[in-house]
Amino acid sequence: MTSLTIVRRIAARPALVFDAMTTPEGIGHWWGPDDGPVLLAETDVRVGGTFRVRFRMLDGTEHESAGRYIEVAKPEWIVMSWRWIEQGEPAEEGRESRLEIRLRPVDGGTELTLTHAQLQTEESRISHEQGWSGSLDKLVRHFLARKGAK
Amino acid sequence: MVNYTDSALDRTFAALVDPTRRAILSRLEREDRVSVSELARPFAIKLPAVMKHLDVLDSAGLIVRSKQGRVVTVRLQATPMQEAMAWLGRYERFWSASLDRLASYAEAKELEIREAEAKENPR
Repeated sequence: MTSLTIVRRIAARPALVFDAMTTPEGIGHWWGPDDGPVLLAETDVRVGGTFRVRFRMLDGTEHESAGRYIEVAKPEWIVMSWRWIEQGEPAEEGRESRLEIRLRPVDGGTELTLTHAQLQTEESRISHEQGWSGSLDKLVRHFLARKGAK
Repeated sequence: MVNYTDSALDRTFAALVDPTRRAILSRLEREDRVSVSELARPFAIKLPAVMKHLDVLDSAGLIVRSKQGRVVTVRLQATPMQEAMAWLGRYERFWSASLDRLASYAEAKELEIREAEAKENPR
């Protein structure tokens, strides 16, 4: 089991950050690994509601991800499932990851904590609950530090 | 962005969950080839239990076993670990870039609101 956590300070109130993360208009401004455009964004921000976002990267390739809102507590907490879609079908059979976003009000704005966790097997789920440490964790921290993630 | 995950990656992560297996991998990082009996020595578990851990690591593709005479030696296979790291790296790039733009967008919105509020309530 492994997961990626990124913490950011944003000079905007949590409700604004929440809207930026959940409305199609907001998502159109930021979603994607480079400056390529968001082509489509659909969100139904309630427990059980779905999201779908399609974007084009600068290399011309198009990618789509979709999922469900599992927990929604505006403006501080969102849990979503996530999977990649290829030609309208889930790209990897049965594979789903989990995205948790916490927005904490701090002086001058919001502290955003995003955790993207790979969830798959029962074993990985149990290990996630138990928490785990060790060489891979260290390796991951080292890797992320090297990449300059906060 | 697509297709960088598969069931092999699940096996890698599942194999890495166990502390004994991680200890075995750490040792194999330090030493190129280690015999099974030598690998088992530091652990308070019996050889068959160690063999089971080695089976899990083997099926995850993390180690390779080879037999020379009566001695079975084990060595590390780094590729699956690199794939796991690649999974993390890709999501890290995705979110790092996305959150940079998200922050700029939300901060611009915040400024707009503050300016509108300042006009409504001049001091």
